[in-house]
Order: sequence, then C-alpha cells, then structure tokens
Amino acid sequence: MSLIEGQSGAWEAVIGLEVHAQVTSESKLFSGASTAFGGEPNAQVSLVDAAMPGMLPVINERCVEQAVRTGLGLGAQINLVSVFDRKNYFYPDLPQGYQISQYSQPIVGSGAVEIALEDGTTRTVRIARLHLEQDAGKSLHDRDPRRTWVDLNRAGVALMEIVSEPDMRSPEEAAAFMTRLRAILRYLGTCDGNMEEGSLRADVNVSVRRPGAALGTRCEIKNLNSIRFIREAAAHEARRQVAVIEDGGAVEQETRLFDTGSGTTRPMRSKEEEHDYRYFPDPDLLPLVLDEAFVDGIRATLPELPDAKKRRFVDALGLSEEDAEVLVADRDSAAYFEAVAEGRDAKLAANWVIRDLFGALNRSGLAIADAPVSASDLGALVDLIRAGTISGRIAREVFEAMFETGRDPGSIVAERGLEQVSDTGAIEAIVDAVLAGHPDRVAEYRGGKTRLLGFFVGQAMKASRGKANPKTVNELLRAKLDEGQGRDE
Amino acid sequence: MAVDTDTVRRIAMLARLDVPDDELAALTGELAKILDWMGQLGEIDTDGVVPMTAVKPMPLRRRADAVTEGGMADEIVANAPEAAGPFYTVPKVIE
Repeated sequence: MSLIEGQSGAWEAVIGLEVHAQVTSESKLFSGASTAFGGEPNAQVSLVDAAMPGMLPVINERCVEQAVRTGLGLGAQINLVSVFDRKNYFYPDLPQGYQISQYSQPIVGSGAVEIALEDGTTRTVRIARLHLEQDAGKSLHDRDPRRTWVDLNRAGVALMEIVSEPDMRSPEEAAAFMTRLRAILRYLGTCDGNMEEGSLRADVNVSVRRPGAALGTRCEIKNLNSIRFIREAAAHEARRQVAVIEDGGAVEQETRLFDTGSGTTRPMRSKEEEHDYRYFPDPDLLPLVLDEAFVDGIRATLPELPDAKKRRFVDALGLSEEDAEVLVADRDSAAYFEAVAEGRDAKLAANWVIRDLFGALNRSGLAIADAPVSASDLGALVDLIRAGTISGRIAREVFEAMFETGRDPGSIVAERGLEQVSDTGAIEAIVDAVLAGHPDRVAEYRGGKTRLLGFFVGQAMKASRGKANPKTVNELLRAKLDEGQGRDE
Repeated sequence: MAVDTDTVRRIAMLARLDVPDDELAALTGELAKILDWMGQLGEIDTDGVVPMTAVKPMPLRRRADAVTEGGMADEIVANAPEAAGPFYTVPKVIE
C-alpha cells in the first residue's frame, strides 16, 4: 500500500477497474460479420449490425464459450442462466439506439485475481462479475471540420466487461492487476490483449479517503488503452481529489477523460444529465441457458494459468520467485522458456532466456514472438555449454551471432572454430608459453604475490582466444607455478 | 398510476422525441390510462413465480462462429441521409 502525502496528512487511494476485453472470435456476438482488425470502412457490417429494421440477433456460440472459459480462469462462479438486456442511449456509433448487454443476470459472477506486488507480497483483487455485450462503432472526428464520420466495423463485436471490486490501493496495484488480467486472458486465448488495437481497455474508478475510513466519492476515468495510462491516470486523479478536498471542496461524482499529452484528467464536456439507460430484457433474445456438461467440457480444456505455472517453476524446477514471475507474466515467454528448459538444466535455461534473450529483445524492441533465436536453438546452445564444448564466455559471443543471423549455434561454433579446448596437452603448451613469456611475473608469484594467478589465467585464455577450458587452465597453472615454488625453496 | 407532465417531458427527451408543450397534457392523460390498464397485472399474486419468457419453453438459438456476412459497404450506407465514401457522416459530435 502506498499512501499519498497531502498537506493535512496521509490519504489512501481506492481503485476499481471496469475492463473491456474483446472476445477472440471470427465473427460478431450476434451477427456473421468479421471481427478482423483494420478492414475497409463498413465492410465488416451485417444488416444486424447496421440495425436495419426487422433484423434479429442470433448469438455466437463461440463467444459464449469464451466468456465461460474466462470466468473459469478467474475462478469465478458461472451462471447457468443469464439474460441479455437493452441498455438504451443515443450515439451515432450505436445504430440500434441501444447496446445489447447483460445487467442483472450476467453470465459470470464473482471471482478473483492474485497480483504480485513489488515488495514480494501478493494481494487478491476480487472480481465482481463478467458479462457479454456489444462493442460500438468508431467515430472519426478529424476527417471533416463539420461532420463526424462513422465506421461500424466494430459495432456488434463481442466484448467481455470484467468488473473488479474496489480492492486496489495504489496506481501500481491497478497496473499490476491489469497486467495479470491480460496475462490470464492471453493464456486462456479468450482475448488477444492487444491494447494498441483497442482489444483491451479499461475504465478506472478512483476515490480517496483517510486510511481505513469510509469510501469517498469516486470519479470514473474512461477508456484507457495502456497499462502506463492506467497508472498515470489513477495517480493524477488521486492527487487531484486530495487537492480538491484539502482546498475545502468536495469531489463531484463524474466521468473524466485522461489527456495522454499532459498526463491530467478533465471532466467530459457533456455532463450528460444523469444516465438513464432504462435497461430491460431484450425481447429479441431468450435467456441464455447453459448446462453443467457444457461448463465442465470447457473446464477440462483450461490451460495451466500463470499462478499455477509460477508455483511449478519454483517448486519443481527450482527457479527463484522473481525469475518465475518474469517468465509466466506472458504466455509466449513461458512457452519459450519451457521449450528451452525441456530436458535441460532449468536454472541455466532461465538465465539464458531472461538475461540474454530478453535483454537482446529489449534492446532491439522485438517481442518474444519475433525472436530471431528459436527456442530449440537456444536449447542447443545450453547443451553446448553443459557438454563443455564451449565456455560460458564464448557462448555469449555465439548467442550474439545467433541473434544477428538467426543461425543455429552448432554451425556458428564450427565455422568460427570456437570449440573449447579441454585437451590437456594443448592447454599445457599454451600455459608453458605464457609462463615462459613472463619470467618476472612468475618470480613475483613465487615470491608470494599469488593473486597474479588471475593474470596468468587471463593471458592463457587470451592466447587460446577464449577457447581453453578455464578450469583446466586454472589447474595446470596452479600446479606448474606451485610446483616451481616448491623446487625453489 | 400517477404520471405528471414533467415525467412525460423527460421520457420524450430520453427517447429523443420533440413533444411541444401544448401536447404534453394530452399525452400525460393517455400514458396514465395505459399504465392504469397494465397496472391491473399488479393485482395478481406472483410471489414465487419464475418470470415467463416464452409461452412454450425454447432454448436460445445459437450460431456457429463463422464469417457469413459483410463486404457490402455500399449497400450498408445506401440509406444513410449523408455519407462520405464508405462512411456514414453525422453532424459533428465531439467529446
């Protein structure tokens, strides 16, 4: 928990999220039009989506499965009977004049998400509900000075609205929750989690109070499409509310927008005289009734989720909590690591994936899915180190070449002649040459300056162009130097 | 059931209906009659009765997840009062 220091003492932020996650499906929630991103304007619109008179919605079975799957992944109660309602409002990107949503009887009830905090502790954020609803179309305001252009390609795409309880106490916790929720959705394959394309976005509810006091008045910040914006908007809004209260004012319950340029929030221009959505059951749709067998069938195909995977990485593979958390945070990262670690030393594999691969990916701005080094090639590199064919230092050089060229480590090692020399005879020749080349240093060493050993090792490794087995070099040098010392005495 | 003219004005506004003030009184009377008539349903004891959504029990019909429609932007915007290419256009709405 992190408190906000006001002029009159400490304040605590109370944060809840309403997340809109686009359901991964081919077609829309109630029509057969495509959900693909980036299509030609209005080319992915059916007569249902355009609200032509007489058209009737027919629910997409896959979207129902995806909502149930998500509910199960959140450890939530699945409601075998749920109802679709009409939420009535007027906006040009909503041709029906109402959004088909679920109000009093959502498909998924209460669940929970565990988040890992910076200090190593965890916090449970309760999920209040998850319901299915239609997305709206897109308004373009910048094409014409007097007109707004409307593209209905998104209209009718299935969304899951996932509502958390106000269980977060800092902007960092809100960001951690969103990060974990996104990971769970991606593991489940129910939402691609792509915030840039708008597949995942959040409304953030923020209020402030004296630590432990009753809840304050909240403001809702709409439509945040990155985890950074969620953190920044929540932080700014909490500070703003503290300032309002400390100046003797009162926070007004309102909907606000986040300005990504200035990092501040401002009230929405239209104060839409209080919302009155006049929800009522959609007469075009019967209640959605599921049976236990349908739910159990989905439960049987749930993948291992981040928390379980993390436990297994720590308990069975011996990774540290931190490394395990880094690896499970993203489904692709976890899968990549598991492919590298398969049948190998898991800790060594984790080191290479986290330190070397993630490091290189970060530097080049690539996602794990675009990694130029395949998991099997990185695994082969680990094998070469384990077998003593190359040293850890040479391995780093080989890895860089793999990352640049996408080639496998075996051919790079062979082509550049990088095999580690473990042959004692060959190393002995190098060691002898080094000793013969530095008679003064040898004398100093034998005179008691034994920390010069490092110097000799360095020289020998350099002479072997890094290929000599450092352990063998060490042993031979020590034996020869100490042996000589004994003879001198 | 009691309905006043302010409620009717508000309902008209929510439905985006432009009702002149001199018609409000008549509309209020009509709406009150409708509500009174429907209000008779309230006399029935429905405690413990599950709401009925269909006379004959029917499952909600479902559709497979397949793309079967689209690619007809011209037809979609053909009825638009105003369009710009494949887009609908409306008076500027900006937030």
